[in-house]
Amino acid sequence: MQFDDIGMTFPDGTTALESVSFDVAPGEFVTLVGPSGCGKSTLLRIASGLENPTRGKCSIDRDSIGFVFQDSTLLPWRTVQRNVELFAELHGEDRAECERRATEVIDLVGLGEFTDKYPRQLSGGMKMRASLARSLVMKPRVFLFDEPFGALDEMTRERLNDELLAIFSRERFAGVFVTHSIAEAVYMSTKVLVMSARPGRIVESIDVHFAYPRSHELRYEPSFAALCGEVSAALRVVS
Amino acid sequence: MSRRESTVERRKPSDFLGPIVVFGLVIGAWYALSLAILPEAKRFLLPTPHRVVRDGFLVWSAGEQRGLKPILISLWDSVKIALIGLSLTVVLGMVLATVMATRRWVEKATWPYLVALQSAPILAMTPLIRALIDTVQVQRVLVVMLISFFPIVSNTLFGLLSVDRAQHDLFALQGASPLLRLRKLQFPAALPNIFVGLRISAGLSVIGAIVGDFYFRQGGVVGIGAQIDIYRQRLWGPELIASIVLASLFGLSVFTSFGLLRTAVIGKWHVITRE
Ligand SMILES: Nc1ncnc2c1ncn2[C@@H]1O[C@H](COP(=O)(O)OP(=O)(O)OP(=O)(O)O)[C@@H](O)[C@H]1O
Ligand SMILES: [Mg+2]
Repeated sequence: MQFDDIGMTFPDGTTALESVSFDVAPGEFVTLVGPSGCGKSTLLRIASGLENPTRGKCSIDRDSIGFVFQDSTLLPWRTVQRNVELFAELHGEDRAECERRATEVIDLVGLGEFTDKYPRQLSGGMKMRASLARSLVMKPRVFLFDEPFGALDEMTRERLNDELLAIFSRERFAGVFVTHSIAEAVYMSTKVLVMSARPGRIVESIDVHFAYPRSHELRYEPSFAALCGEVSAALRVVS
Repeated sequence: MSRRESTVERRKPSDFLGPIVVFGLVIGAWYALSLAILPEAKRFLLPTPHRVVRDGFLVWSAGEQRGLKPILISLWDSVKIALIGLSLTVVLGMVLATVMATRRWVEKATWPYLVALQSAPILAMTPLIRALIDTVQVQRVLVVMLISFFPIVSNTLFGLLSVDRAQHDLFALQGASPLLRLRKLQFPAALPNIFVGLRISAGLSVIGAIVGDFYFRQGGVVGIGAQIDIYRQRLWGPELIASIVLASLFGLSVFTSFGLLRTAVIGKWHVITRE
């Protein structure tokens, strides 16, 4: 996945992005951090093809993209099982195949007991799990995450971080992850990109060398804290 | 959680008490009006409740349109008209709303006329309807449709158009065709609104049937609206009130059936919150 000199000016004159360039290879997990309103969501929308950039080019395999939004955006009239089947269904798979694929990923995210529940009966964390499972059904090679765990409490967020990393270790997709949490950014990724305030540019790229699989003790290592400090310092400069 | 999940609400005594108390008050006021306020000579305008029950409900048939039987026959005649009109309204209304939701210019072109239609008095249209259609039954069905058309269209349209943008994005990302999006996203999302529209249109179809009976009738069996008019002219109080009560009960049962249908179809996932 390649971003080449991406710029975005909305029709109302707001320039959200200015010359953003970076690559993400399969097996890489890149996190974007930056001040609120700096264009992170806009960048992901451009990557997914929902929006066209006014400048530059984004090369990406659009047929194999997963996008997890901040809200779970589950369809309230479908049970967990049927929500997770949705994408396979939209791609014209037959019932048995939809069911088989959904069951597989529902187990993966630990929602096995809740297949018959409707979204209103789920907690925030369970909704995000279902949303994640829904994207996993199509086995995307490129995965975009827009603050997926932003609304969750810390415990749930850390647990979901670990589960997502386990899935990442197995599937080895190319990931772009937007977050406001510095610890989450460092914990998850191979590289943290720090963006400036609007119009967004990438001002710093910090490599994270910890090997996968990462365990949650990593959060308490001095080297982990040092990297968090580095990201935090970079953010302080731009905002 | 299990407590919140129960879809059947536990009935409290106050659920029954309220309607019973109101019923008692209405009957009491009725007696007061009939016996104490109206002078004896004008009592025929509002006969007492027990006379209505005796002459309107308990007499089956006493020739010359008296008794319960002729009331029920004309009520059934109107019920058929209302249900035919309502079915056509629902089908046409939902099709129109769907076209309006997918084609912006259709929405722009038709919306003002729908609003105008909603407020146009049927009275003013009767000569035109008579001139264009010569079957009384068809004229009556048309009146039902004219009166009940707007709510189903506007509510369906509103439901189809108010789908969350993020959910639209979700479908766009999967490359879903507009038709697929309509079927799997907009239509289910609109169901709560569609049921609101259905319920209002259903209530209006009963009114439409009664109004239609009133303006369009022919010899033989007439609808309940016309029957009410006949009783009014003849000053047959008990029959008049009995037929009004039965017509209201029909309206109430239509309204209730659509409420039950709503619960059966979407009650599992769509919960009406009430603060
Ligand atoms: N459709 C739009 N039209 C005009 N301006 C927009 C549009 N979408 C976003 N913007 C503007 O572009 C800028 C970037 O928005 P974006 O949502 O990408 O920020 P963000 O980095 O994701 O912020 P946050 O961290 O708060 O989610 C904001 O100033 C926003 O007001
Ligand atoms: Mg955002």
